[in-house]
Amino acid sequence: MIAAQDRKLALWNIAVAYIAFLIGTLTGLLQVFIRNDALKLPSWLDYYQILTAHGVLLALIFTTYFIFGFFITGMSKSLGSFGPKVRLCSWIGFAVTTIGTVLATVMIVSGKASVLYTFYAPLKASGWFYVGLALFVVGTWISSFALVGHYIVWRRRNKGQFSPLFAFMTITTIVMWLISCLGVVATVVFQFIPWAFGWVDTINVELSRSLFWYFGHPLVYFWLLPAYMAWYVIVPKLLGTKVFSDSLARLAFVLFILFSIPVGFHHQLTEPGISEFWKFLQVVLTFMVIIPSLLTAFSMFATFEISGRQKGAKGLFGWFKKLPWKDVRFTSIFIAMAFFIPGGAGGIINASFQLNEIVHNTLWIVGHFHITVGTPVAMTFMGLTFWLIPYLTGRKFSKSMQKLGFIQIFTWTIGMLLMSTSQHILGLLGAPRRTAYSGYNDHPAAQGWFEGLITNHVTMAVGGSILFLSAMILIYIVVMSMFLSPKAIREEDFVEFPMAESDTEHTPKFLENWWIWIGIAFALIIIAYAIPLGGMLDNPGSEGYKTW
Amino acid sequence: MHLHKYEKIWLVFGVASLIVFLSIVGVSAFAHNHGPSGGMETIDPKKVNETAPFDKPGVTQLDEDTYQVAIVALAFGYTAPDLKVPVGKEIIFKVTSTDVVHSFTIVDTKVNMMVVPGHITTKSYTFDKPGKYLILCNEYCGAGHHMMYTEIEVY
Repeated sequence: MIAAQDRKLALWNIAVAYIAFLIGTLTGLLQVFIRNDALKLPSWLDYYQILTAHGVLLALIFTTYFIFGFFITGMSKSLGSFGPKVRLCSWIGFAVTTIGTVLATVMIVSGKASVLYTFYAPLKASGWFYVGLALFVVGTWISSFALVGHYIVWRRRNKGQFSPLFAFMTITTIVMWLISCLGVVATVVFQFIPWAFGWVDTINVELSRSLFWYFGHPLVYFWLLPAYMAWYVIVPKLLGTKVFSDSLARLAFVLFILFSIPVGFHHQLTEPGISEFWKFLQVVLTFMVIIPSLLTAFSMFATFEISGRQKGAKGLFGWFKKLPWKDVRFTSIFIAMAFFIPGGAGGIINASFQLNEIVHNTLWIVGHFHITVGTPVAMTFMGLTFWLIPYLTGRKFSKSMQKLGFIQIFTWTIGMLLMSTSQHILGLLGAPRRTAYSGYNDHPAAQGWFEGLITNHVTMAVGGSILFLSAMILIYIVVMSMFLSPKAIREEDFVEFPMAESDTEHTPKFLENWWIWIGIAFALIIIAYAIPLGGMLDNPGSEGYKTW
Repeated sequence: MHLHKYEKIWLVFGVASLIVFLSIVGVSAFAHNHGPSGGMETIDPKKVNETAPFDKPGVTQLDEDTYQVAIVALAFGYTAPDLKVPVGKEIIFKVTSTDVVHSFTIVDTKVNMMVVPGHITTKSYTFDKPGKYLILCNEYCGAGHHMMYTEIEVY
């Protein structure tokens, strides 16, 4: 077990994550009923306020806090206990992030920031909302620096050695996060804050959108890479085997540093102010990320097959039956991976230049991110939660809790299949995302969104309700594992942190030379962004509007 | 770095399909002119109503086979009188905003344009079926976002 003080740090992060999860999923439940006209909100509460809260709480707060809880635990486990400076720095990071979160949440709840989590200018929220966002990001930087510091200390003490795979992947994710946040910090600090407090009159809208998406796309990889870490490092241990290939795992991760950032324009394909050439160049760079994804898919199935054959599986697919289906830690992550197959394919469609027009800002996109971040990432985090919290609290994860865990992941699967399938189809039929209930003057095209078996806002609501039920079961498991389950006393009752061994014998040295990867990343960013962003500097400015 | 034989096959297959895929997208975009909406024209968002073509929004016939439709988007609607365009002719949509970001989206077509203040978004489209098409805003623009829609009649 890791040091008690490190456990406390990790547990606080996970606790905030699940508070956000609780409120965030509740606002999700309200939305699906508003959209099929079954629920009217009281006058003091607005659909777009709930929508903003849903996005911020689940996509930003839940993910970020959980990720840091997971990183802190794994870094302490793989590199040893934190020193006093690392620990202090982590607590300061936690405090700053939390102050930012509370400030932004208060602004959203009081109706001063119904700008959704993308906060597109010239919608103008209270200046304090943007200050909250800036504090949130800076807080995550401080927490990141703490982990980087811990890693540097380890490397000094272990000269010439490869860092453990978990630590390497944590640092990769953090490097990507630090570089990507430069965009959002630049727009919030230099554009939004001076404008929202009235120090300047206008804002350059297209520049702010481009800086946001410079950050917005790697943000999705910041969610995904910790899930990939679980797939690469945790899953082989659950199968009783080693990491398939240490060097390929490390290569896949550094490729994500390179190809997750210079690609933000693929979120802006249908807008003016960016020429076709630069849009297309970033589409090409976007698709490069398929290569590390293919590496990952291969590694996963290779791990499954090797472990199955070790257990005596015969024939081409006999290994499939030998997978540990009765272990909720594994089955949850397997379902998460399965969801990522259509999720990734949908991503290819969205980024495909002209195809994007068909789906841009429709419910298809909502369906897409619920089967990427909403299931592959979220369900991997659930699969981690089952053992991570008991590991940190020293409590038991009993057989009945495991059964409950299975009910939880199956209900999430069914709910998500119903909700995301109907969202995808409704999107193809033209139903817009981020929109409260509207009959559109009974236009036949809009009426079509309320008929049909799957293609119906009602199906979406049924799915959403099942998902909420699943979320509440998870909250119960979290509360039990944190405070109420019996303490483990006997050796075999303790829950372990399953971390697979990784053989670095054939791993080339250059993979852990960060300057190479950071250098190439910046070179690609400059190629993809310098000229188009430079051209935006002369755009006419816009005054702010509060249209809610 | 060691690569398993099957992994090499898998990666070669993957990268080859990636190249084929991107080539198709690129040829379609640049040789056949199937790009998404966009455009590099800028406009002062405070002077939209006095700048052509937005001083007279609506349908204008440019030549025998081409029509231009100028639209101003604003919270929460579109200033465009009586939108009627013929089937089978090239329609050039030009849209801008006087306030926040909107979209100009014609349901059941490929017209799905982001409208950004300070910019003019352009899209060329040819309707192949007559009817009354629903136009809506699919980018959140404020409390009345879901009330922002109109119709275009294709005859």
